[in-house]
Amino acid sequence: MSEGEINNGRRKFLTIATTVFGGIGAAFAAVPFISSWSPSARARAEGVPVEVNISQIQPGQQVTVEWRGSPVWILRRTQKMLDSLSADEDQLRDPKSLAEQQPGYAQNRHRSRNPEYLILVGICTHLGCVPKYCPSRSKCPQDLGAGWPGGFFCPCHGSKFDFSGRVFKGVPAPINLKVPPYTFMNENVILIGVDEDSPAEV
Amino acid sequence: MMEQQDQQQDSKLSTWVNQRFPLAKVWREHLSEYYAPKNFNFWYFFGSLALLMFVLQIVTGIWLTMFYTPSEKDAFASVEYIMRDVNYGWLIRYLHSTGASAFFIVIYLHMFRSLLYGSHKKPRELLWLFGMLLFALLLAEAFFGYLLPWGQMSYWGAQVITSLFSAIPYIGDTLVLWLRGDYYVANATLNRFFSLHVIAIPLLMVILVWLHLVALHHVGSNNPSGIDIKKNLNASGKPVDGIPFHPYYTVKDLVGVVVFLIAFCTIVFFYPTLGGYFLEADNFVPANPLVTPDHIAPVWYMTPFYSILRAVPDKLMGVIAMAGSIAFLFVLPWLDRSRVRSMRYRGIWSKIALALFVVCFIALGYLGTVAVTPFRQMLAQIFTIIYFAFFILMPVYTRFEKTKPLPTRVS
Repeated sequence: MSEGEINNGRRKFLTIATTVFGGIGAAFAAVPFISSWSPSARARAEGVPVEVNISQIQPGQQVTVEWRGSPVWILRRTQKMLDSLSADEDQLRDPKSLAEQQPGYAQNRHRSRNPEYLILVGICTHLGCVPKYCPSRSKCPQDLGAGWPGGFFCPCHGSKFDFSGRVFKGVPAPINLKVPPYTFMNENVILIGVDEDSPAEV
Repeated sequence: MMEQQDQQQDSKLSTWVNQRFPLAKVWREHLSEYYAPKNFNFWYFFGSLALLMFVLQIVTGIWLTMFYTPSEKDAFASVEYIMRDVNYGWLIRYLHSTGASAFFIVIYLHMFRSLLYGSHKKPRELLWLFGMLLFALLLAEAFFGYLLPWGQMSYWGAQVITSLFSAIPYIGDTLVLWLRGDYYVANATLNRFFSLHVIAIPLLMVILVWLHLVALHHVGSNNPSGIDIKKNLNASGKPVDGIPFHPYYTVKDLVGVVVFLIAFCTIVFFYPTLGGYFLEADNFVPANPLVTPDHIAPVWYMTPFYSILRAVPDKLMGVIAMAGSIAFLFVLPWLDRSRVRSMRYRGIWSKIALALFVVCFIALGYLGTVAVTPFRQMLAQIFTIIYFAFFILMPVYTRFEKTKPLPTRVS
C-alpha cells in the first residue's frame, strides 16, 4: 500500500481490538473493588454459631438472642398454641412451608425439630423489620381485631405470621419467616447457626 | 492617575490570562452574552437556588466531616458532640439537615416548572435527562447521609431500603449481603455509606451539574410562553426577546436568594426539625438492631415513592411500582406529544392531568408519613393509580387535545 493512503478496515480492526482488550482489562481490574464489598473475614468470623441454654424459658415465653446481628427468637409454645396451628391453615399463604425458608427438619406444621421450641430469625420477610410477638389480641401494641389467632405482627407494614412464623394471606410479606440452621447439643442447649447440612462457616 | 494605572494593570493581567485560558470567552458565552428570555417569572428562581443549596450542602458537609466519626460505636455520640460541644456545631449541622429538606423543596419546584412550561420537550430532552439523573443521585445522597447519625430511624430506614433489593428474584439475597457488607446493617455498611455520601455521589453530582449547564446553554432556556426566542433575531443576531443573563438575571436571582435565605434561616433557627418532618423524633435514639421503632417512615421528600411501595400488597410488584414511579419521569419527554410546550397554550386535559398529578404527589407524600390503616391504604392505591395514569395516558391526552395558537413573541 502506498504511503498516505488510509486503510480504514485496519483502523477499525485495531480500534475494536483495543476497545475489547481494554474492556476485559477494566472488568478484571474491577474485581477487587467489587469483591471488597462482600462481608470481610472479620464479619464472617463474627458470624459463628451461638450457644443458648433454653432450660429457663417458660411456656408461652419468647426469648431473643443475637446471631449475625439479627434477632433470633426462641419461643416455647404451649399446647394451646400448637393446637391453633392447624386451625387457621386456609388463611396462610404457604401452610406447608414449600418455600425454602427452613432446613428440611423444619418443613412441617410446627416448623421446628422439637414441636415445643420454635426457633426463628426475627426479620420480616417483607423489608427486614422486627415483628412483635402478639400471643393474643390484648398482648399486642396494635389491635388486630377479634379474630386474631395469635402469632407475630410487623409494625412497619402490617405483615402477620402465625405461631410457626407462617405468613398470612393479604399482607405485604411474601413468604414465611426464616428458620435458621440449629442443633440440639443436649436437651437444654441449642447451637444456632449450624446443623448437619450447613457446618459453621468461618 | 492611580485609577488609570490600575486599569492598565488589570488589562495587562487579563490579557496575560486570556492568552492562556479563555476566561473572557467563557464569561461572555455563559453570562454577559448568554441571552435568556426576558419573561422569566417566579418559577425560574429555583435553578439558581438549587445551585446555592448544592454549595451550602458541600460547605457544611465538609465542616461536619471534620467532627463526625463514621463508626458503629462512635457515630451517634459524635453527632451529639457536634450538637453540644463544637462551637456553632449545632448551626452547621442544622444548616446541613434542614438544607437537605430545603434542597428537595427547591428541586421539586424546579421540576414542576418543567412540567408547567414543557421545558423537557425537544430540544431539551438531554437537559431533562441530566436533571433526572441529578434527582436520582440526590435521592441516593440523602439516603446515604441519613444513615450517618446512626439513630433508630437512620438504622431502620437503611434496613428497609437495602431490603428492597432482596425482592429481585434469584440474586436478591446475595445482593443485599454484598450491599451491606455484613449479615445485617453494620459498621461495614456505615463506613461505605459515609464514603459514598461524602465523596462518590457529590463528585458525580458536580460532573452532572456541569453537564446540565452545558446542555442548557447550548439549547438555551425555555420560558413561560414555551416559544423559541432564537427564531426572532435582531440586526446583530441577538434574540429580540432575550436579555443577557448578567447583569439582568444575576441581579434578579439575587433577590430570590435573599428571600429564600430569610425563609430558610427562620426554619434553621426556630424550627430545625419542623415537628419531626425534617428530622424525625426516633432518630434521637441510638440505633438498635434488635428493636424496630413502632412506625418507620422515611423523611418527607421520599414519602411519595414510599407510599407507592406500601400501596402494593406484593413485595416484588411494590418495588417495581416504586422504581417505575421514578422511571416514568425519565421518559417524560417522549410521552409528552403536545404540539406546544407551555401549559398556557395547552388544552384542558393537560391542565386537569397536571393538577391531579400534583394533588396525588402531595397526598401520597402525606400518606407516607403516617401509619397504614385500611382506609388510608385504599386512598394510597387510588392515588397511585392516578399517578401512573398521568404518565401512561399522556401520549393520548397531549396529542389529541385542542391547543391554543402560539404567539410569535413572548409575553
